[in-house]
Amino acid sequence: MSASDAPTVKRPFFRRKKTCPFTGPNAPEIDWKNTRLLGRYISERGKIIPSRITAVSQKKQRELAKAIKRARFMGLLPYLQQESNERPQGRR
Amino acid sequence: MPYYETVLIARQDLTDTQVKDIIAHLSKIITDAKGNVHKTEFWGLKNFAYKINKSRKGHYVLLELDTQSEALHEMERQIRLHEDILRHQTIRIEAITEGPSVMMDKGGSRDDDRKPYNKDNKYNKDNNKEKDAA
Repeated sequence: MSASDAPTVKRPFFRRKKTCPFTGPNAPEIDWKNTRLLGRYISERGKIIPSRITAVSQKKQRELAKAIKRARFMGLLPYLQQESNERPQGRR
Repeated sequence: MPYYETVLIARQDLTDTQVKDIIAHLSKIITDAKGNVHKTEFWGLKNFAYKINKSRKGHYVLLELDTQSEALHEMERQIRLHEDILRHQTIRIEAITEGPSVMMDKGGSRDDDRKPYNKDNKYNKDNNKEKDAA
């Protein structure tokens, strides 16, 4: 019984290691046209979220940043989002 | 010949047929130079994330090409001269993509959204295994 109890004890401050969401099998491909995917890697302000938070690998982060910038140029993603209108692609 | 992907934005007050005329005109430049237009996608009228040339939306069109650089440069020159095209972007791609691009099946499959969750689940299982072993 004691052996089965052991796994239920939660270690405090235990943070499992995050893995890069773009590595490994069935990882999504980074495409500048896929705004829904890219939208998860920009902050509410419209800034690119640093990889230390999203755990994207260095190589993929460079790819991601480029894709976001391309999407911004074509008006698919905002350069800057005002805090007043929270939702992206909001109604005016 | 290298592959390219061009997306352009036409002014919002054009009609669909006018947009198609522009694309036909541009495709002709490519085909005349023995290039190929593999894919033409009309994404329709989309809202911009910010104002571009004082307008809020525009017609998006995607072209996937396979052509010599001379023909591409000529096409881009024509695009720049064209007053109804607000903006364009050409990117070299490794291969012609199969099937419609992500823009076409918006709201359809949400596979992309689910993928990270699957991964997390897998991760949890691994963690459990670790704990069992310990």
